[in-house]
Amino acid sequence: MNTASKESHFHHAHHFESAAHQYSSAKQGVWLFMVTEILMFGGLFVAYLIYKSLYAPVFHVGSSYLDVKMGTINTFILITSSFTMALGIYFNQKNERSKAIIFLAITILCALGFMLVKFFEYSHKIHLGLVPGKYFNNPEFVQKVVDFATNMQATSSAHQDIDIAALKKIAPLYFGFYFVMTGLHGFHVIIGACLILWVTIKTAKGHFGPEYYTPVEGVGLFWHIVDLIWIYLFPLLYLVG
Amino acid sequence: MAHTETHSHDYLNHQKGLWSWLTTIDHKRIGIMYLIVILFFFLIGGIFALLIRMELFSAGPTLGIDPGTYNRLMTFHGAIMVFMVIVPGIPSIFGNFLIPIMLGAKDVAFPRLNLFSWYVFMLGAIIAFASLLFGGADTGWTFYTPYSIRQPNGVIFLVLGAFTMGMASILTGLNFIVTVHKLRAPGQTMSRIPLFVWSTYATAIIQVLATPVLGITLLLLVAEKTLGVGIFDPTIGGDPVLFQHFFWFYSHPAVYIMVLPAMGIISELIATYSRKTVFGYTAIAYSSLAIGAVSFIVWGHHMFVSGQSEFAGIMFSVITMLVGVPTAIKLFNWIATMYMGSIKLDAPMLFAIGFMFLFTIGGLTGVWLATLGMDVHFHDTYFVVAHFHYVMVGGTLMAFTGGLFYWFPKMFGRVCNDGTARISWVLIFTGFNVTFFPQFILGAMGMPRRYFDYLPQYESLNQISTVGSWLIGAGFLVALFAVIHGLLRGEKASNNPWGGTTLEWLATSPPHHENFEKTPIVSVGPYEYR
Amino acid sequence: MYSWLNINLANTFMPVEGTDLAGSVDNLYIFLLISSLISFIILIGGMTAFIVKYKRRSANDKTAYITHNNLLEFLWSFIPFVIMMVIFYWGLIVYNEYRTPPDDAEEIHVTGRQWVWRFAYKNGYAFSTKPANDAMVNVPLGRPIKLIMTSGDVLHSFYIPGFRNKQDVVPGRYTYLWFKATKVGQFQVFCTEYCGLEHSNMPAKINVMPAAEYDAWFKAYVPEASAGGLADRGKELFNERGCTACHSVNGTRIVGPTMKGLAGAKREFADGSSGIADDAYLRESILNSGAKIVKDYPAAMPIFKGQIEEEDVTALIDYIKSLK
Repeated sequence: MNTASKESHFHHAHHFESAAHQYSSAKQGVWLFMVTEILMFGGLFVAYLIYKSLYAPVFHVGSSYLDVKMGTINTFILITSSFTMALGIYFNQKNERSKAIIFLAITILCALGFMLVKFFEYSHKIHLGLVPGKYFNNPEFVQKVVDFATNMQATSSAHQDIDIAALKKIAPLYFGFYFVMTGLHGFHVIIGACLILWVTIKTAKGHFGPEYYTPVEGVGLFWHIVDLIWIYLFPLLYLVG
Repeated sequence: MAHTETHSHDYLNHQKGLWSWLTTIDHKRIGIMYLIVILFFFLIGGIFALLIRMELFSAGPTLGIDPGTYNRLMTFHGAIMVFMVIVPGIPSIFGNFLIPIMLGAKDVAFPRLNLFSWYVFMLGAIIAFASLLFGGADTGWTFYTPYSIRQPNGVIFLVLGAFTMGMASILTGLNFIVTVHKLRAPGQTMSRIPLFVWSTYATAIIQVLATPVLGITLLLLVAEKTLGVGIFDPTIGGDPVLFQHFFWFYSHPAVYIMVLPAMGIISELIATYSRKTVFGYTAIAYSSLAIGAVSFIVWGHHMFVSGQSEFAGIMFSVITMLVGVPTAIKLFNWIATMYMGSIKLDAPMLFAIGFMFLFTIGGLTGVWLATLGMDVHFHDTYFVVAHFHYVMVGGTLMAFTGGLFYWFPKMFGRVCNDGTARISWVLIFTGFNVTFFPQFILGAMGMPRRYFDYLPQYESLNQISTVGSWLIGAGFLVALFAVIHGLLRGEKASNNPWGGTTLEWLATSPPHHENFEKTPIVSVGPYEYR
Repeated sequence: MYSWLNINLANTFMPVEGTDLAGSVDNLYIFLLISSLISFIILIGGMTAFIVKYKRRSANDKTAYITHNNLLEFLWSFIPFVIMMVIFYWGLIVYNEYRTPPDDAEEIHVTGRQWVWRFAYKNGYAFSTKPANDAMVNVPLGRPIKLIMTSGDVLHSFYIPGFRNKQDVVPGRYTYLWFKATKVGQFQVFCTEYCGLEHSNMPAKINVMPAAEYDAWFKAYVPEASAGGLADRGKELFNERGCTACHSVNGTRIVGPTMKGLAGAKREFADGSSGIADDAYLRESILNSGAKIVKDYPAAMPIFKGQIEEEDVTALIDYIKSLK
């Protein structure tokens, strides 16, 4: 990290000894915040895994109701966006402002694309009544769960104690998890998009350069974690079943 | 106009006007802002406590308080004290004010984030109080399901308020961790920082790791109430005990968030008022980390009779016994510090001694509750209420008040009247024991907690307890008087009125806007009384 | 000497022991009390002695520079650790007794509801603690009893201080508690998991009778044949579902309005409106009590929507209509 160039307006804050000092502190702060995000989603994952082990048929049938194509498209979109985000940081570091703006803008578009696919997925489910709890309205889903469980009972001696009545009651819980987990994640995608917009504007205004690009990198880190959480969500919800 | 003052640039008069305070990024001013609002919340929570004890003065309704109101008072007393006073209290007030100065730094790592945290905290408090406009909440501060799912929407506001205040707690913790890692003065290794910083650092780690789990738990509770997701509600297949596991996974470490900073204050007070180097500095420092680590794996000791498996109960009981060891170590080291010291019983030291007395009782009774065969009788009785008030009030609040009188000269440049502060101590210490010791006995006699009414055989002890609460109230009012009188009429304070050795006593009283004219260089440990 | 200490000290504060297990618990209690007292005296006594002995004499006192002592650190870590392991183990032994009911324990089913307990015996005898305020849970002296418990709504907890025994009562599952009473007499039961408005008012009493007397009572009971009509089913439900906790059928006011004379009457509501208590009103009030609150009564009734079958609602309405 060089000291401030004569063109930049960057001065490190007075309580830090140097720009490098401020930079490493800021990174540590962002990492700590990411740990809290991972722990928060972690709690959700734990709850999901507990119920999945208790009510396997519900989760098996439930995941078959998710659109793997759309999920795969979204995974591809997010991974691409992580790459374009990294390029956005890279070009800021190299002081190539217009390239940085392009890639940051593409990242935002990817985020919007992700949310658009989400919108289609959600509206389709809402249309079919596959929604959490008291608004759930899809008897066919419940029947499929019952059929699957009955089949398990018939074909495997290990599954004699399946409680069909309990499964019927709890079937909508699958969509409770689906909407809460993907919804909370989607909320973070939106926040991420806003943050990327913020650093794009700052890039356009010339606030960043080789001597100072901390906010871009910090936002990039946030974005990578949002991507990472999806990388866990996607197989857990869509593929394991 | 010529300036003749020599300290015209302290942080209090560096800038004037309300707006300069509301937009400050000075950690000292932010600490003062937390002090003002937290004292206000403490007043409200305290009044609710007095009302609760009034209602319990005699069997049957007293003072026209009906069960619905009583249950709301009980809930808000708990929620206010936990989320608005004891969890944020010492870190956000004394941590904010002192940590940078104790480290020879100019501010915390992220000053703007610090101000943002204060606003998030205020927003959370407002949301929590807004609950009262929607019927309030009567679930207890623990929000157990399915009762909390069935109750009206006031609950959602209190839950979201707690969530928001949790966010502020996370951001403060994050700020402190980076500050301790990155902003220590030249020469100040981790083995040369004050023990108050060690304990607040351990607290910050717990805040960052545990609070997110509270966050997701509360969000899931709101989802359960609004959407009927089915995760905690047994009528749609959920598990109410799962809520308890999630809730206590945060809330047990939370009690160490509440007490570790207090223990840090005690280390400072004992060292200064014994004028002696702390015995076992390394042991005390590491014990804070050990307590923090072990605190994450004991949550099930709140759930021995909840329906959780016997095996889980056994594991949680034995590990809870483990966490008692580093806690006891601190007490032994403090007393060893006093050995052959030169002890002065100024008010702050009285509060430290009060802490040791009361926290010992609280801690020992904690071991009783961790004992499986004993907890079945005592769980959910007044014995538990007595235990946690001994550690929270007898522990944390004692340390808080002692710290307030101790650092008052540093923060405000004036001295409080020691005699008045001592009177407040006598009232608080006596009142506390009169209020809460009978509650151990009530618990042994079988009186359940959260009871609006009780059988006649419990009445006399309840009456004694209520009288004690008046003494506590009087004591805190006297303390408040001492503080206000000190602010308005106190003598000017020197830089180091108590003879402390940590870095804050090198700064002026009150400190310069940037704490030190020149960054100090540290070459010795923090308690070099030689 | 220990048992003397136990009886005298324990009974000063603890309720009279009703089982042998209570006696074991009290022994543990005394051990904890004495060891805590000794620890406290050593610690706080030591501290007080130091405060007196090392009082500051002058403003320039010099103190010894003692930074640490590893042996001491080890000793005062290891010794408390050992003591706490002993305490843990003793607690484990007592706990084991709590959680291993004998195979021949007689079972009684307990259902907790806001704010009433219902007990059902194997011989068909069943009763609720409200409004029959003097009904008691009969149990035989000297024979193990196992309570199989569940909740009909929210968390409750069944606590018998005299037996030093409690267990949470959880909706959606069964929990159990067992005891063997060794003293004839009555033993108080409290609900001890916060459950709302009347949490402090859902007591019960265990009535320990000599075994022969209990057997006679048990055999003598013949369950009433149900007349089979809808209103009779409604009356059963009215008792089973805990309505009796708050609503009388004889005109008295408990928490909510009495059911006597309700059907067809005019009602004034808290918001100033009024209406007739017809079938639709009765149905709405059962399923969604918050919709209309009667003037001068608290909004305390739980919501039963989703928790009661349609035909049961019909039966209840029929029963209410029969209460003229």
